[in-house]
Amino acid sequence: MAGPEFEVPALSEYTEVPKIKEGATAHLKSFLAAETSQSYLGYPHQLPADWKERALDRMGQVLEKYRSVRVFMDACVHCGACTDKCHYFLGTADPNNMPVARQELMRKVYRRYFTLPGKIAPWLVGAEDLTEDTLNKWYNYYHQCSECRRCSVYCPYGIDTAEITMAGREILNYVGVGQKYSSEILVKVQKIGNNLGLPGPALEDTLLGLEEDIEADTGVPVKMPLDVEGAEILLVTPSADFFSEPHVESLIGYAKVFHAAGASWTLSSKASEAGNFGLFNGNYETMRNIAMRIRDAALELGVKRIIVGECGHAWRVAYAFWNTLTGIGYGGDDPFSVELQNQLDPRYPQPMHICEYTWDLIEKGVLKFDKSLNDDRVITFHDSCNVARASRMGTEPGGQFTIPRNIIRAVANNFQDMAAETIGESTFCCGGGGGLLTDDLIEVRVKGALPRMNAYNNVVQGQGVNFLALICAICKAQFTKVLPYYGFDRNMVGGVHQLVGTAIKLD
Amino acid sequence: MPMVEVAGKSFEVDEEGYLTNLADWTREIGEYLAKDEKVELTDSHWEVINFLREYYEEYQIAPAVRVLTKAVAKKLGPDKGNNKYLYELFPYGPAKQACKIAGLPKPTGCI
Repeated sequence: MAGPEFEVPALSEYTEVPKIKEGATAHLKSFLAAETSQSYLGYPHQLPADWKERALDRMGQVLEKYRSVRVFMDACVHCGACTDKCHYFLGTADPNNMPVARQELMRKVYRRYFTLPGKIAPWLVGAEDLTEDTLNKWYNYYHQCSECRRCSVYCPYGIDTAEITMAGREILNYVGVGQKYSSEILVKVQKIGNNLGLPGPALEDTLLGLEEDIEADTGVPVKMPLDVEGAEILLVTPSADFFSEPHVESLIGYAKVFHAAGASWTLSSKASEAGNFGLFNGNYETMRNIAMRIRDAALELGVKRIIVGECGHAWRVAYAFWNTLTGIGYGGDDPFSVELQNQLDPRYPQPMHICEYTWDLIEKGVLKFDKSLNDDRVITFHDSCNVARASRMGTEPGGQFTIPRNIIRAVANNFQDMAAETIGESTFCCGGGGGLLTDDLIEVRVKGALPRMNAYNNVVQGQGVNFLALICAICKAQFTKVLPYYGFDRNMVGGVHQLVGTAIKLD
Repeated sequence: MPMVEVAGKSFEVDEEGYLTNLADWTREIGEYLAKDEKVELTDSHWEVINFLREYYEEYQIAPAVRVLTKAVAKKLGPDKGNNKYLYELFPYGPAKQACKIAGLPKPTGCI
């Protein structure tokens, strides 16, 4: 675990499109999932004899269920607009990491088995048989895509590469080729309640310790309530917020905001995870099972509001999918959904992002800050892909970009944006999203971070930036690990609510 | 799964070298795993390793980094109760590298 040897790309002022290196990352294969986790998830753990039939069968089902995937298979005209938009291609130079080429690994199989020309004259239309070699390439390269959807922004047809990667992973799982990292997490969250596998008593002990820390630090008894029935707000946050640095600093920040607002709130040991890796693997049932824990906890505790902490893909799932997955927003019409609809307070968006909550309080003048407490920091903000390109905050278009920045400006004096083509809708992934945040993929994580590191380096050198503010647990963990490879101090990384927590006045 | 041999006995580890069976762990195995990680164990390392094992026994999970830094501050002095010091002891990251040497399973999630 001391880490494999590889060459870290050199920083430069602009991220240049590299000359392609065939097979540059063909050796990067994430560890395979073991029998225990795969069978819990209802998948085989090794290739069955009839793997090809199973794979094509599942592919047919996916194409049937998700009309979008079929459209994306058909619509590409190979214009090449996506080729230089992927951080993994820019960082690795492997041509299979050009989004169009990564998609082609599936598209050529699609043509062969699901289109008429491909069935009768495959050589004319670039259709190819599904072979074990192709399947291996799917595994390698569908785990070198973080489903960040930057390429989709530039695609004239709006082809969503992430959906193709998700479909690829689902088909792979279906024939027993699962990824250890995601597979183990999907089991832990369903068995124990969070991705870490943090049991209730450990969570309780951790929260008590944090309450002690805050009181020792501020003299104010800020609480972190757990499983409080009848609380108004249920906070669902990534479990890394309980466990890791710098994540925990944001948890402290949320608690201080709730305290200052005089809010009645609680965490839940049952729903102690906002993250939902079911999204990454493109399995609707798993994603739904994981989301259901939150609905169940909300019903049991009788809360009126659900707020989501700093987690990128969790916010996508909450904002875009909870309504149809679990009836938390609108749409579900089963008795439990109806009960939840009646229970939740219609005056607020359900769910709400913690940044929306905090910004609303700032606008109302409820929160007071001593901005000078953040004066040792020159801050920039990294837009996390799932928040930036798959969701929104507030009532105005682009609220997901303005609200976090407004919060930072309200609690600190020094803020500098990175170059326009690397933020907002065009933001570069941290390099560790979509189920890639695992040590066995450290090489692709480091290389994939290159475009973001170049943009960050420019504001470090030019504007004296020394703090990279984030609203995603994956981004926090990824940058903490990757920054030192590029010569930066890992302590430059932190959360937006860490900044809030630093400056907020408590009484 | 791969096997490693320590003091004449062999033990199963996973792909990343984490001990498969928590109960197999001995001080010698800890030393072996540390060597593999290029970490030279001192008394301070052992304080951390012992605390990790005690905590795991009680809670079936490694302690959160905050819990660990507080325990270290108590045992080794307040100037050492911080994440920076833990990184000095375990350069690949206290959560993962220290857990590995202590024979605990690898923590998962967004960490």
